[in-house]
Amino acid sequence: MILSAQDLHKHYGEFCALGGVSFQINEGEFVSIIGPNGAGKTTLINVLTGLLKPNQGKVFFKDMEITGIGPERLSKLGLARSFQLVNIFPNFTVLEFLMVAIVSRLGKGKNFFSSLLRDQEVTGEALEVAKLFGLDEKKDMLTKNLPQGDKKMLDVASAFALHPEVILLDEPTSGVSTSDKNKIMETLVSASKKIGIKSIIQVEHDMDIVFSYSDRIIALHQGKILADGAPEKIEKDEEVVCTVLGQKECFKIFSSILNREN
Amino acid sequence: MRIPWEVTSLKSFRIVVLVVVSLFLLGLPLFTGQFISYLMLTFFAYAITVVGFNLLFGYTGLLSFGHALFMAVGAYTAAFLTSKFSVLYMEVILIVSVIVASILAALIGAICVRYIKIYFAMLTLAFGMLFYTFLLKFYYLTGGDEGMRVLRPYLLGFNFSEVPKMQFLTGSYYLYTFVILAILIFIMWKIISSPFGLCLKAIRDNPEKAEYLGVSVRKYRWYAFVISGAYAAVGGALLAPAIGQVDPGLTYWTHSGTLVFMTLLGGFENFFGPLIGGIVYIFLQDKIMSLTTYWRFIFGGILAFIVIAAPGGIAGVISSLAKRRKS
Repeated sequence: MILSAQDLHKHYGEFCALGGVSFQINEGEFVSIIGPNGAGKTTLINVLTGLLKPNQGKVFFKDMEITGIGPERLSKLGLARSFQLVNIFPNFTVLEFLMVAIVSRLGKGKNFFSSLLRDQEVTGEALEVAKLFGLDEKKDMLTKNLPQGDKKMLDVASAFALHPEVILLDEPTSGVSTSDKNKIMETLVSASKKIGIKSIIQVEHDMDIVFSYSDRIIALHQGKILADGAPEKIEKDEEVVCTVLGQKECFKIFSSILNREN
Repeated sequence: MRIPWEVTSLKSFRIVVLVVVSLFLLGLPLFTGQFISYLMLTFFAYAITVVGFNLLFGYTGLLSFGHALFMAVGAYTAAFLTSKFSVLYMEVILIVSVIVASILAALIGAICVRYIKIYFAMLTLAFGMLFYTFLLKFYYLTGGDEGMRVLRPYLLGFNFSEVPKMQFLTGSYYLYTFVILAILIFIMWKIISSPFGLCLKAIRDNPEKAEYLGVSVRKYRWYAFVISGAYAAVGGALLAPAIGQVDPGLTYWTHSGTLVFMTLLGGFENFFGPLIGGIVYIFLQDKIMSLTTYWRFIFGGILAFIVIAAPGGIAGVISSLAKRRKS
């Protein structure tokens, strides 16, 4: 067990975003969190990464309670995340962006007088991460001028540059064309192997991606866990398919069942 | 790594410009009148202050509206040491100013950096005004609104009491202040180009993301606050002998506003922007004040014009003109 949530509750006034969510993530798992809009997926990620404090419940990372300890300390313990909406430093070049993560991982942030650009450890590692994510040719571009997909990729790359043990990705492929989605996922999986990331947790809407990459799927609905299991099991769960995947998928599945019966 | 030709030539061009400007400023008292050199001297003191101020404003994204407080700390330290304790060594004055201002900045900063934007600006303004009231009301200690006299300091242990005042100020004291300015600009340049500087810029651009990348936002803001406070104290301590008399107006909020104005006028996005703003401000103020008593009215107009038409300040206009010429 590397990350676990125990009975998490989060309310926004009357609205209950999380109503008692518990699960355990093991080493080596690729977990996808799915659910319709407003199911509490992003709230869950925000609670797990300490941006929000739960009203009730606890989060553990490697047997250590981390509930609400905040993103900065979490990143040092080995838990990183990327964001659903583009979250960048607009006036930075790609390389500078990645250097922020590397400087903080190497504990060099308090070097007040040493030259950043002459620090070959930092610049070298930043270039390596850029290469890993196919951003090396754009390394000197300002991040605000990058195309949308690259911005997203950079956000993810910066989280990887922290060399975390567990990474939480909030819709890494949203806003990206379908043809690019698989390419991004391949990059993510190979990069995580190279860096030595133990577990990946992602929120994802694209069911093709979810079913082809995940070891395990957690389905959320109205702040509660509807189902938790291997993709093969989830696929056969009619309730999940209908609430989470929507009517289109629902119709497809039912028609296939009808076909079988006929 | 191979450095492209354009980069090296740009770098050497910059060094040549820096050397030429430095030599010009060093030799200025030789070929201008004492008054111009005197204005230049006050500019040096303000330059140190705004370079420090811009670490907080331009690089960390925190607008302090009470930064003159630390300038006053430096100036009053100089006054106390010279006229109450008979300590005349300028080096001692500078070191004590930095220590006092750093301690004060550490305490005030610890409270202020918990807030951002307008809340940070208002809190710093409040602290500045608190210090103003302190200086005004504890008159048996500070001389109240009369202020305190600053005696002529020794520079590097040399006593200049025989030299006429203006000759001292535009001679040895001018050179002394210029050298300290040059050293402090160099140190600030190192800070800006260090990993620490990168983290500050990250905080300015997007604190939430910086926090997720392991940058402890509040701590780094606090460091920046203390460093900029110490810079302002050096500026204030060097200004004090030049004006000869310190008074509570040094920490009044309009004086903090002057620092903000200089930085905006020159351009806070450029390292040298605040310096350009400082020099233009000081000479413009002198010119306009001699023409009309409504100089604040004209300065208000200029400020409005900058914010609307040229938010990058003078440095921003220059660099966009340079870019246009290139392309």
